[in-house]
Amino acid sequence: MLTRNIAGVIVFSIVAVFFIFTALLMHPFGVPDESDMDDYIIDNTQEETGANNGVTAVVFDYRGFDTLGEATVLFAAVTGVIVLFRRLKK
Amino acid sequence: MSGMSKIVKTISSIIFPFITIYGLYVIAHGHLTPGGGFQGGAVVASGLAMLLVAYGSVWTMGKLKEKHLSINQTLESVGAIGFIGLAFFGLIFGTKIFFNNFLVNKQDYLFGATVKLGETAANINTAGILPLMNFAVGLKVIAGLFGIVLLMAYATRLKEGK
Repeated sequence: MLTRNIAGVIVFSIVAVFFIFTALLMHPFGVPDESDMDDYIIDNTQEETGANNGVTAVVFDYRGFDTLGEATVLFAAVTGVIVLFRRLKK
Repeated sequence: MSGMSKIVKTISSIIFPFITIYGLYVIAHGHLTPGGGFQGGAVVASGLAMLLVAYGSVWTMGKLKEKHLSINQTLESVGAIGFIGLAFFGLIFGTKIFFNNFLVNKQDYLFGATVKLGETAANINTAGILPLMNFAVGLKVIAGLFGIVLLMAYATRLKEGK
């Protein structure tokens, strides 16, 4: 039991150190390496899509295909739940 | 799962319309304020789930029939078909691209007003097909999530030997 505890502490330390170093390596918030796409969307959203909400403009217009996949996932989940639970009565 | 006390039933019945209105507001203003079809649909479905928990699945399943579930799933399919249909309409009108926003900045049509650039007061009559897609996705999410909750409540009822 003691060896298991020691092994657990060692594994926890390794994982914790890994996460802490990863967190320290992150670059500062709000300063992306490549900002071309962000700048384009921020500058042109209002005139191209007519939406004041840039997030909706990205989700439904610029990246609409991604939203289609998301909706398909939801549809598949609902279909699976129906297949599982529909005919339960004896 | 049986129903809760009369207090809970009354309060949730009073709150339910406000939750629904708030969710529909989030859907309808998806192109202006934070939120959209998915988020507003989740809000409305949460209100429906609250009613389901308050009244209990035994009472609810006594009221509901098989065809109500079919209607629910038909509504979900209508939402999905509306969404992908609007996407395919982009192949017919305008510059003929999938997901082309063919209604934007066309003054004659609904949601076609030109938006003022910069930080201006929001006009709900803008953004072309984005509000229509928000409505379609909202309908789909409401029906889909409520269907999931309903069927799981149905399964719980049977497990408790009723």
